[in-house]
Amino acid sequence: MSQHTHETARLTTLQAAYVIARRDFLAILFSRAFLFFLLGPLFPIIVGGLAGGIGSSVQKQTASVEVAVSMSETDSAAMVETAAALRKDVGNFVPSMVVLDADLAGEDPMAILQEQRAPFAAIISGSRQEPVITATGNQIDRWRGPVALVAATSLGSSPSNFPEIASVEVATSGADVKRDRVRTAQAGQMLLFLLTMILGGMVLSNLVEEKGNKIIEVLAAAIPMDAVFLGKLFAMLGVSFVGIAVWGSVGSLIYFGAGYESATFAAPAVGWPMFFTLGVIYFAMGYLILGSLFLSIGSMAATVREVQTLSMPVTMLQLLVFFFASYAMAAPGSTMEIAATIFPFSSPFAMLARAAQVDSLWQHALAIGWQILCVAVFVKAGASLFRRRVMKSGPRGAKSAKRRSFLSMRRKDKSQIATHY
Amino acid sequence: MDMPLSDTLDKDNSVTVSNEGDSNSEAPAGDSRPLAIEARGLVKRFEGTTAVDGVDISVPEGAIYGILGPNGAGKTTTLRMLLGIIDPDEGLRRVFGHDEPHEIAKLIGYLPEERGLYPSMKAYEAIGFMGALRGMPLEEGKARGRELLENHGLAHAADRQIRQLSKGMAQTVQLLGTLVHRPKLVVLDEPFSGLDAINQGKLERMIRELAENGTTVIFSTHVIHHAERLCEGVAIIAGGKVPYAGSVEAARDRIPAQVRLETRERDGRWRSALPEDARREGDFWYFSLPESGIETLLRALIEGEAGILSLSIERAGLHDAFVHIAGEAAARALEADNAAEAAR
Repeated sequence: MSQHTHETARLTTLQAAYVIARRDFLAILFSRAFLFFLLGPLFPIIVGGLAGGIGSSVQKQTASVEVAVSMSETDSAAMVETAAALRKDVGNFVPSMVVLDADLAGEDPMAILQEQRAPFAAIISGSRQEPVITATGNQIDRWRGPVALVAATSLGSSPSNFPEIASVEVATSGADVKRDRVRTAQAGQMLLFLLTMILGGMVLSNLVEEKGNKIIEVLAAAIPMDAVFLGKLFAMLGVSFVGIAVWGSVGSLIYFGAGYESATFAAPAVGWPMFFTLGVIYFAMGYLILGSLFLSIGSMAATVREVQTLSMPVTMLQLLVFFFASYAMAAPGSTMEIAATIFPFSSPFAMLARAAQVDSLWQHALAIGWQILCVAVFVKAGASLFRRRVMKSGPRGAKSAKRRSFLSMRRKDKSQIATHY
Repeated sequence: MDMPLSDTLDKDNSVTVSNEGDSNSEAPAGDSRPLAIEARGLVKRFEGTTAVDGVDISVPEGAIYGILGPNGAGKTTTLRMLLGIIDPDEGLRRVFGHDEPHEIAKLIGYLPEERGLYPSMKAYEAIGFMGALRGMPLEEGKARGRELLENHGLAHAADRQIRQLSKGMAQTVQLLGTLVHRPKLVVLDEPFSGLDAINQGKLERMIRELAENGTTVIFSTHVIHHAERLCEGVAIIAGGKVPYAGSVEAARDRIPAQVRLETRERDGRWRSALPEDARREGDFWYFSLPESGIETLLRALIEGEAGILSLSIERAGLHDAFVHIAGEAAARALEADNAAEAAR
């Protein structure tokens, strides 16, 4: 065999992915499907209503912050103990109380709250006979009665003799900021979830359509399936960015046109610029993880009906994951929240919520690295599944051919029998 | 890298060898051309069913090569393995000396059996896109797409969407997309399927032109006369096995030539000169050409005073060779496929 002189001649995976992405991006952008995609934001109202129950529960749970007691050692202990005992009977009517940290004891409660040095709704100082409540106006109104009840009960004078409650009002408290940040996190999560859900479905439809058009074999013969999958994923990502730009522009026009001047959401812990940056990254990662899973499903299915059957559990799983991430947000640092940040499908949601509540950045770098790895694994696995399961036979299949051969052999046998007779 | 595959398989390799080891998968004797495709012992199983069972194929550069067999015989799976769309479970393949066909994707053009194009694309864009998949700049591909359409009498269809084209036109567009990047190897899976007689003729001419320009063409078909007219080599495939792979001439030579004899005398001494398999049909005797040659037979007939009216020697066709090699059942399946396609 003589020497071949051909050099390696192929597109790199990224070049091939670009060819696919360019085609898909333009095809989708100028299709009716894109119009439906632009109408997508109407769905948040429906889903938002459904998820509202859990959302408000999370917010309430997260916002039921403790009240700190900064009295004498004896009074503080008595107040905390009495509050705990009363909560068993009257529940959340009485706030949970803790003794103010030793390093803050003796400092001005007003300064502690205004400088947000501790996440308390209120600080009770003074004595049990003359308690002073320092908090925002709302919190003072809310806790005045319960604090009087706790103080009176601890002194054994309740219910006939309640102490007079003095108050010091502050503009904001650590608890207010925390609650607002939870709202910011929830809004971010909701937006992320809706976008990924819409896009995941679209990328799946796109693959099914290509199977229907039978173009997929042309692609599979020319370029690696990994590149096909990557191209499809990134095309849809590009489409989504166009969609976001359209929604953002229209939304801003409506918002500012209606006379609003600024956002009502609290600044996230990492600051708005970084929160937006992370939001875009986590949106991309959340979509890529889910999209790669949908593509793997698409690769396993031979018909549209099979795709629908297979994608239903994944859609349900996606909803569960969203609720999981949403619920885990209530307890930053808990095992559940850490699990939500590690589990690939909930990680982008949980980490975005973290960005709203915690200002540390290194953990985002770690999470993004982990999510990229998951996308790579899913894309590789999906492409491999596709090659193994889809390109497995000709259009009429081996079974029918075998059947024909069998029938023709039977015909032959019959003719031989007839000859003998 | 360029060592023949047969040398790279060790003797304990569990490759299933073609029937009775009579695979003629080497390039024809005296053919010094390098091999465009070389496959040894390709095996592919799907869910416990062996779709392809030990296929050996060698296709020299510049050849027109046919893979002949009924539907479901394993043709498409074999082509897909050769192109790297799927990997074999066993065996080895090389395309232009490369183990991984995707590495030389720019040199290959492929027309799958199930034709597929994006319905919303315009014809010239579809051709350009297929070129881009094989590494051609998109704009260059589109320009060449227009040129090719014009050369094939489809200039008027260049700006039409694929969904607006007839089936035959769309099929031509896809074929042109397969060729737009000027591949050195063109693989066509059932290219004649769905074409009318005129377009089949055009395609045959196109395939010949490609080969004349040095392009290797390999195509699968269940229509014997396409393979017989076009190919210098064929692989006969049935039930996933390749009982024969080699030149068309050698396949036909597997069956001795048939002699047809017409005599004035119906009986006489000359009858003893006829071979044992001689049979009479009407006025003619039919029998295989004796190994001793026609001269010896002629002498015996003349000396026996047969009164020879006519004598002709008919060489076996590829169809007879197919029946002889692949068996009656495979031949019937092939005929059934042809009949089904004609009915469609």
